[in-house]
Amino acid sequence: MTEPIIRFEKVVKRFGDVTVLDGLDFTVAPGEKVTIIGPSGSGKSTILRILMTLEDISDGVVWVGDEPLWHEKAADGTLKPASEAHLHRMRTRLGMVFQSFNLFPHMTVLRNITEAPVHVLKVGKAEARERAMGLLDMVGLTEHADKFPYQLSGGQQQRVAIARALAMRPDILLFDEPTSALDPELVGEVQEVIRKLAEEHDLTMLLVTHEMRFAREISDRVCFIDAGAIREEGAPEELFTAPTEERTQDFLRAVLDDG
Amino acid sequence: MLFGIEWDATNSWTLAVSIFPILLHGLWVTLQATVLGFFIAVVLGLVLAVLKAAPTRLVSWPTRLISEFLRDTPLLIQLFFLYYVLPEFGIVLPAFLTGAIALGVQYSAYLSEVYRAGIEAVPIGQHEAARALNFAPTRTFTHIILPQAIPRIVPAMGNYLVSISKDVPVLSVVTVLELLNVATIIGDRTFNYLVPLSMVGGLYLIMTLLAAQGVKRLDMALPKTGIPLK
Ligand SMILES: Nc1ncnc2c1ncn2[C@@H]1O[C@H](COP(=O)(O)OP(=O)(O)OP(=O)(O)O)[C@@H](O)[C@H]1O
Ligand SMILES: [Mg+2]
Repeated sequence: MTEPIIRFEKVVKRFGDVTVLDGLDFTVAPGEKVTIIGPSGSGKSTILRILMTLEDISDGVVWVGDEPLWHEKAADGTLKPASEAHLHRMRTRLGMVFQSFNLFPHMTVLRNITEAPVHVLKVGKAEARERAMGLLDMVGLTEHADKFPYQLSGGQQQRVAIARALAMRPDILLFDEPTSALDPELVGEVQEVIRKLAEEHDLTMLLVTHEMRFAREISDRVCFIDAGAIREEGAPEELFTAPTEERTQDFLRAVLDDG
Repeated sequence: MLFGIEWDATNSWTLAVSIFPILLHGLWVTLQATVLGFFIAVVLGLVLAVLKAAPTRLVSWPTRLISEFLRDTPLLIQLFFLYYVLPEFGIVLPAFLTGAIALGVQYSAYLSEVYRAGIEAVPIGQHEAARALNFAPTRTFTHIILPQAIPRIVPAMGNYLVSISKDVPVLSVVTVLELLNVATIIGDRTFNYLVPLSMVGGLYLIMTLLAAQGVKRLDMALPKTGIPLK
């Protein structure tokens, strides 16, 4: 088996007295498309946020490739807390798509996509623009390049947000409920873009979703998390059709009844 | 005679007409003090707001203390302090400049709170998206957060601009010839206070109404989504 690109090693995350992740062990292989499902408050977003360095960890080690994310290797081989410079370097490998899009409202669509490549990666303006237009083409929004986010529908905004994340050329793309904030009729167009990405790119994808059918279609592996630890994982056909754990069965019964 | 202009105290009307150009001199000084004071407050207020939000308490706490002190002590005391104490340390500034600085420093404390409110009103998701895209913190602040905060705080800033203009008369105690000071000098010499003081009131009213209109226009012209960056 190839080296994992993401590895959580006994990761603990506490918010005050509340333990959200309780010794989480979790690995993702390069290029793998993994979906995390689980009840509300089980820690799904927290996992993604830790990877995107939006949330630190209380204990354990998170590895991205062969480097610790929240630590740096000291000269004597021990791990010490990461500096901002280390986090900055590690973040270049990751991108994130948020539930609420979080586009920059005062920038055009094109500028939303080119801003970070130009000012963070120091890509030339013309090159960044050309690549942004290519990404807009991929998400089907070339004619909206000069509009501002408020002029777009939620589905279009989320597609721009996906293009914006891709413009940074991440190895790992994180999606936190990318369609939860959308009107039902707009969910499909965003899922279509994510599906295409999953099929055509060797990008590692980590997705949190409540859309079980979508999870089943695009994932190589589905992880069921409850109370801060992974309770069951497997290929979507297995996990969805024949879950072995009682908690998984209960959860799936509940969400599938709703849907 | 003041500023080389004679007045005609035959009756109230002639007095009013003849002192009008004199009062305009005073108005001009008031406007200059207002604008300079506001400019200082806008710049220094932003600096205070940033320092107050500094990650280390070593910076944020003293800044908060200073800002609290500036807001809770009378402008007059701060003005006297600058006017009488600074020269003891060899810093001698013209009265006008001292006055404008006093205004600017006190109002910077108020404006720092306005900035803070505007900055905090920007959704947390904007900070998170900026971090995910790996922007340096300073760039996030100047190019992502501030352009969204400023349009939200324009009305409050406008109110403080008007407030500053109304505090300019305090500068008369250190001999600045602003509008009110000019009017009282005229009153002292003509024994008619009613006319010049009424005119000062009228000029202030016009000034305030114009400023309020200007702020309203500016507020309507600014998109609520932030200052556009094409
Ligand atoms: N900043 C925070 N401070 C305190 N508690 C937090 C914070 N962020 C998350 N939590 C708590 O951590 C737990 C896990 O949160 P998380 O957002 O990871 O859940 P989730 O699985 O994504 O849930 P959902 O399906 O509702 O999005 C929740 O109980 C939440 O209240
Ligand atoms: Mg969540």
